[in-house]
Amino acid sequence: MDFSDWLLALHLLAAFSLMAALVLFTAVMVANWGDGRPQRASAFFRVAAIGGPLIAAGAGLTLILGIWLAIDLDGYDPWDGWILASIVLWAIGGATGGRVGAHYTGTRELVDRLAVAGDEPNAELEAKLSDTNIRFLHAITVVAFTGVLILMIFKPGA
Amino acid sequence: MSVLAIVRPDSWNWALLLHVAGAMILVGGLVIAGGASLLAKRDATGTLWAFSYRMLLMIALPGMILMRAGAAWIYDKEGWTGDGDPAWIGIGFTTADGGVVLFVIALVLGGFGLKRVRRGEGTGLLRASGIIALVLLAAYVVTVWAMGAKPD
Repeated sequence: MDFSDWLLALHLLAAFSLMAALVLFTAVMVANWGDGRPQRASAFFRVAAIGGPLIAAGAGLTLILGIWLAIDLDGYDPWDGWILASIVLWAIGGATGGRVGAHYTGTRELVDRLAVAGDEPNAELEAKLSDTNIRFLHAITVVAFTGVLILMIFKPGA
Repeated sequence: MSVLAIVRPDSWNWALLLHVAGAMILVGGLVIAGGASLLAKRDATGTLWAFSYRMLLMIALPGMILMRAGAAWIYDKEGWTGDGDPAWIGIGFTTADGGVVLFVIALVLGGFGLKRVRRGEGTGLLRASGIIALVLLAAYVVTVWAMGAKPD
């Protein structure tokens, strides 16, 4: 095994970390749709917290190690079209994902406050957990990172 | 390996996409199922036990099917025969096929466990199902490393 093999293996592990986090966030989002019970939401938010470090490490390392790989391997350059397209999609996914994350960070504070009082459904919480704009932004995030995966495999123009 | 990645024929791409996307869904499902199982002890509502099992069934299982189908497809396309296959393919087959057995055990235990929890009879089986999910997750992390690094 040479250095490039290690880079590729770590790049792949980072990509799995990122995509596993997106699967996790999607599942928790779907589980919380149309439900405003604070203690139930609090339980799901604790599961969602696992995704925080996964997506942070995954997103950062896929980009850094991916660019490093493109420099290290003779057949690729960081300015290849499919690599630049991947970086653009990565940036779009990062921007929309960041907005979704900020929404849920704010919602978590509401959940924590309401959960102390009990598990009676709360209309404000239900509205925040069912926000269609946030669903749309999350869908863009998933599509963007899935697009990166497709580009990494098909490598158009390489 | 790096040279192989560069010269990989385009006709292999769909099989590889199916394999990798399925594996990512599988790993995501196992992260949720294992994580929810670990956190379920502190969940007074009991929501996370059912959530853990459902994620195993609704996310990890389809992911495993897609991953394994994609693996068989690309194995066929690459022309491997079983004779002299590299070590990383052996690691992949061991964890994929051995994983199926453990996965089925986790599903059966979790299914019975969920019924027991609903009857108020304890969480032992669901806990066991969650532990198997975490063991599988650890095995697949090693497998992902092997698929990328392709050790001889």
